[in-house]
Amino acid sequence: MDVPILFTVAVTLTCGMYLVLERTLLRVIIGLGLLSNGINLLLLSTGGLEPGSPPILTTPPASLPPVDPLPQALILTAIVIGFGVTALLLTLAYRTFESLGSDDLGDLHGRMNDE
Amino acid sequence: MTSNLPILPVALPMVAGIVLIFLRDRPRFSRGFALAANLVVLGVAVTLVQRVRTDGVQVLNFGEWPAPFGIVFAVDMLGALMVLVTMVVSTATLLFACFSLDEARERMFFYALFEFLLMGCNGSFLTGDLFNMFVWFEVLLISSYGLMALGSEPYQLQETFKYLVINAMSSSLFLVGVALIYSLTGTLNMADISLKLAEVSDHGTLAAVAVIFLMVFAIKGALFPVYQWLPRSYFAPPTVVSALFGGLLTKVGVYALYRVTSLFFAAHVPFLLPLLAFVAGATMLLGVLGALSQWDMKRILSYHIISQIGYMIMGLAIFTPLALAGGIFYIIHHILVKTSLFLVAGSVEASRGTTHLRRLGGVIDQAPTLSGLFFVAGLALAGTPPLSGFIAKFMLIRGGMEGGYNLTVLIAVLTGFLTLFSMMKIFRYGFWQTADDSTYEPGGATPRVVAIAVLVGSGVILGIGASFFVPYAQLAAQQLLHPQAYVQAVLGSH
Repeated sequence: MDVPILFTVAVTLTCGMYLVLERTLLRVIIGLGLLSNGINLLLLSTGGLEPGSPPILTTPPASLPPVDPLPQALILTAIVIGFGVTALLLTLAYRTFESLGSDDLGDLHGRMNDE
Repeated sequence: MTSNLPILPVALPMVAGIVLIFLRDRPRFSRGFALAANLVVLGVAVTLVQRVRTDGVQVLNFGEWPAPFGIVFAVDMLGALMVLVTMVVSTATLLFACFSLDEARERMFFYALFEFLLMGCNGSFLTGDLFNMFVWFEVLLISSYGLMALGSEPYQLQETFKYLVINAMSSSLFLVGVALIYSLTGTLNMADISLKLAEVSDHGTLAAVAVIFLMVFAIKGALFPVYQWLPRSYFAPPTVVSALFGGLLTKVGVYALYRVTSLFFAAHVPFLLPLLAFVAGATMLLGVLGALSQWDMKRILSYHIISQIGYMIMGLAIFTPLALAGGIFYIIHHILVKTSLFLVAGSVEASRGTTHLRRLGGVIDQAPTLSGLFFVAGLALAGTPPLSGFIAKFMLIRGGMEGGYNLTVLIAVLTGFLTLFSMMKIFRYGFWQTADDSTYEPGGATPRVVAIAVLVGSGVILGIGASFFVPYAQLAAQQLLHPQAYVQAVLGSH
């Protein structure tokens, strides 16, 4: 299972990186979302994607080795944080667009005492 | 040995922050409340430092889960000192904010965001769990986004957007590093990782992880070659916020680099320390050259943050007891002195409406005490004896010569000289030259000067009383060089 997942991670990260390098505010935000999703998948793959039983100790012991539950807990936390940051980014991008009248990153420079 | 002390520097600001959200409509009361909360945490931090000094590393297992399974807070000397100096500068900054911030900003949750920022900083200094450190970084970053955009002026918004994107990228990289290290060792407890890395045979992946972490903390700490975001972002917000960021935030990145390098990589990744020495040299030199080209006080000071982070990394790169202690002493000195310099700039801006050197002048006649404080702090920053910067640079340079890092030492000395030049430039043009058409409004100036005097005074005491303070830095350096004590305190005696 590792290879297809890692391939998906690679494709997602590439697309995310490409979008982050775009000049439109919204595309940058979508790119960051893709990046964090790709990395969540990478986190998932670190637990080992072999078939296994739930990580609950039973008697007699389950026939399959237990699955590592920790990466899923990490992903959950990372998703929550990513959600908060994305919400903040969208608000900020909207306010920036409102006050500057442009969603082009090329216009986000200069002003205020720049020599 | 378990005590609940390590959680207090995180829990108290959190509670204070939550209460302050509800005090939004009562700015006067919020000021007093935030200051009182800060003073309490300051007391806790002093206790924590003393406790670590007498009893060694303090460990707190949350929920009584035994060490590698639950989240732990593990406080060694470096962490405790960072919390202490954080609380000192934040208290002074808060005092300054009470007398310089406009009420609109105060009402938009300034004090609540401030306390949450402290919570994030203290959490990153105290935690003993790698993923938990990521979470604390996010806590402090999200508060810092709020503080940076507070006021919503167009310039602030555009700079905050860039700052946010850069930091979101580096946080993503942080997660990649965490994922890779978890796949190598199967644990997230930093002490446990430090043990398990000895058995890792995949040195290629380990080297990649080391470089990823270097990159992450280089972005957060503004190291060469990824420092360009700093001068612009720190110019945007109100000066009191820049002062806190300039003193504190980048140093969280430096602290994390100290932590992961000493615990994980110094023993297993041979190329990392020479690479750090190169990065340190480049950061020092390019930072100070950037400062020379600027004509705005806040921008000059921002570029000096970069060049001085180079000194801190130099201490880490040399990795001998003397140099590490010098680096740690430098961090503490820098946080105090840099914040006070920014606050002077803020005070000048509040009275004169600008920090641009070509439009300033004559401040020494209008505000002699303030100018005197800037003079002392500027000399301390440049490293003139007997002030704190001299002690720190002396330890670093001597450590560097003993370690054979002659080129880095040469750059460090040159950078010190150029820093002095740059401080004299600010003093000469901003304070000394006669002004032709200056209006000076001293409103609220005295409490602001008190806040600055507290910081400059701490810097001076740090320099003159170095024989009292250096042993703390040396103890911290010893604990970094020999992480066995840290590991043993966290994991028990097995």
